[in-house]
Amino acid sequence: MTTVSVQNVAKSFGTMPVLRDIDSVFPQGTFTSLLGPSGSGKTTLLRIIAGFVAPDQGEVTIGDKDVTGIPVWGRNIGMMFQSYALFPHMTVARNVAFGLERRGIKGAEAAKAVAEALDMVHLSDFGDRMPKNLSGGQQQRVALARAMVIKPSVLLLDEPLSALDRRLRQEMQVELLRIQRQTGLTTIFVTHDQEEALTLSDRIAILDKGRIVQSGAPEDIYENPQTRFAAEFLGDSNFLTGTVESGGVRLPDSTLIQTTAPLPANGQKATLAIRPEKISPTPLEGATNQIAAKILTVIYAGPALSYLLQTPDGTRLKLFQANRDGTLLREGDTITLHWSPAHSIPVQD
Amino acid sequence: MTRLGQIFLGMILIFLYTPILVLMAMGFNESELYELPFRFSTRWYSALASNTELLTSGFNSIVLAVTTAVVATTIGTLAALALSRRSFRGRSLLQLLLLPPIAIPWLITGTAMLIFFFWTGIGRGMHALIIGHVALAVPYVVLVVGTGMKSVRADLEEAAMSLGSTPIHAFFAITLPLLFPSILGAALFAFAVSLDQFVISYFLSSPGYTTLPVQIYSAIRKGFTPEINAISTLLLLGSMTAILIFARFAKPGAPK
Repeated sequence: MTTVSVQNVAKSFGTMPVLRDIDSVFPQGTFTSLLGPSGSGKTTLLRIIAGFVAPDQGEVTIGDKDVTGIPVWGRNIGMMFQSYALFPHMTVARNVAFGLERRGIKGAEAAKAVAEALDMVHLSDFGDRMPKNLSGGQQQRVALARAMVIKPSVLLLDEPLSALDRRLRQEMQVELLRIQRQTGLTTIFVTHDQEEALTLSDRIAILDKGRIVQSGAPEDIYENPQTRFAAEFLGDSNFLTGTVESGGVRLPDSTLIQTTAPLPANGQKATLAIRPEKISPTPLEGATNQIAAKILTVIYAGPALSYLLQTPDGTRLKLFQANRDGTLLREGDTITLHWSPAHSIPVQD
Repeated sequence: MTRLGQIFLGMILIFLYTPILVLMAMGFNESELYELPFRFSTRWYSALASNTELLTSGFNSIVLAVTTAVVATTIGTLAALALSRRSFRGRSLLQLLLLPPIAIPWLITGTAMLIFFFWTGIGRGMHALIIGHVALAVPYVVLVVGTGMKSVRADLEEAAMSLGSTPIHAFFAITLPLLFPSILGAALFAFAVSLDQFVISYFLSSPGYTTLPVQIYSAIRKGFTPEINAISTLLLLGSMTAILIFARFAKPGAPK
């Protein structure tokens, strides 16, 4: 099992910088998601770790080995692609055996390893099928078996679930996590789906415009986003901008919003992020952080209710509530909101 | 609509195949002047066996077509690979320049080649014919193989490399087998372009080296016998067999 680390990596395509100042460690046995919008450089970072792309500067190490100069075929990685990338002219068993053959493993030994790998993904009876006769989910399982059978040092996943429908995707997430936990394989997963990143990862690295803007445990990033981008990209967020004054942030309409987090110096501009589910749609006697808002839209989504609100100065807010007793607030009503100072998180713009 | 479609299809088949069938039949007719009634005879085939001019030019045509197919397919396949997988300066220009030769009338291409070959001292004869035919066939090969390449996703080779294949191994283990039907189709195309070729062959053949179409043309001018039908029939059967074999064994996308 292996720790993967990336030091000081940068990459440009032509004059376009794609990645800058990338320093990241992927500890042994962890499941890390590289999360970002398209164009954020997450796929390029994965391809640099895989060895498909050479960085302009910086180093990649897998285990204690500097692999920066080693091409992809010498790195012993397992990789899953968005399009499955099964070899269409080979049976499922030959697909899985491909990497073993490259390692000189043949005959009974290879057959045994292939059978075990197919068993692991519950496709024991599918060895003789051709890939095109399998469903999307089954093809993805074959791709996983093919990547795992070679006992790679690291498993790299390039949005492998994005082509599957919702139900299948959730099933595959569970499967992937089970296999990852069983094998203890260091796994790096590229996704633009924040929900998927939250569900699967021990660690998330959020990328924006070629930089890692924040990384850490999913709950750390979610509870304490450092930038507006991180707060918006992982989960939903409301933002209130004002001027720092006496330990709080004074909004343009002169409401003072309290926070327990350290703020910049008095007089500076500051933005606070407040998660929509941490706001209560009720006033609280003596509480700080109270704002009146008008309900613009009510969205009923079964277990969850969400409200679009507008404060008197025109700021739009979102509020999520669990559907406890089936009663909804009415559109057009003006309500008073409150939330705890601990839930106003100062973020950088 | 279906009825009309069937009639059209029937007419196409009739106009395409009736002349060919008549040509084949007349090769077995005893009359030297294509007279009816039909009397079966193999005399023209016997005569053909001693007609060295026709036989030699027929043999030349086949050698030339096979050579063209091999050379043009090799060059064209490599070009198609480069055009679809590599990015280099002038790629789109090259890709664009491949198309016009297909649309330029052969008479013009042939005249241009004749003048150019005369100037440069390449001259006429077998070597000139090979160069000319290959040049004609390469664009077709690039088109056919290039289209085939579109169905071979680049990430298949990447998957192979992630499993330990070098790029060369990945090419031979993954891309080439998947591309094989297209390459075979392209080779057949090149073969047909060469075998069919009259105008350019007429300009570039030398007195000592000529192809069957050119030979038939000059025979027609001198007055001819159904030996021409006989050799045409043989040639036709040969190329039809090749195409049918191809259609049978190389269904693109079908598992082997």
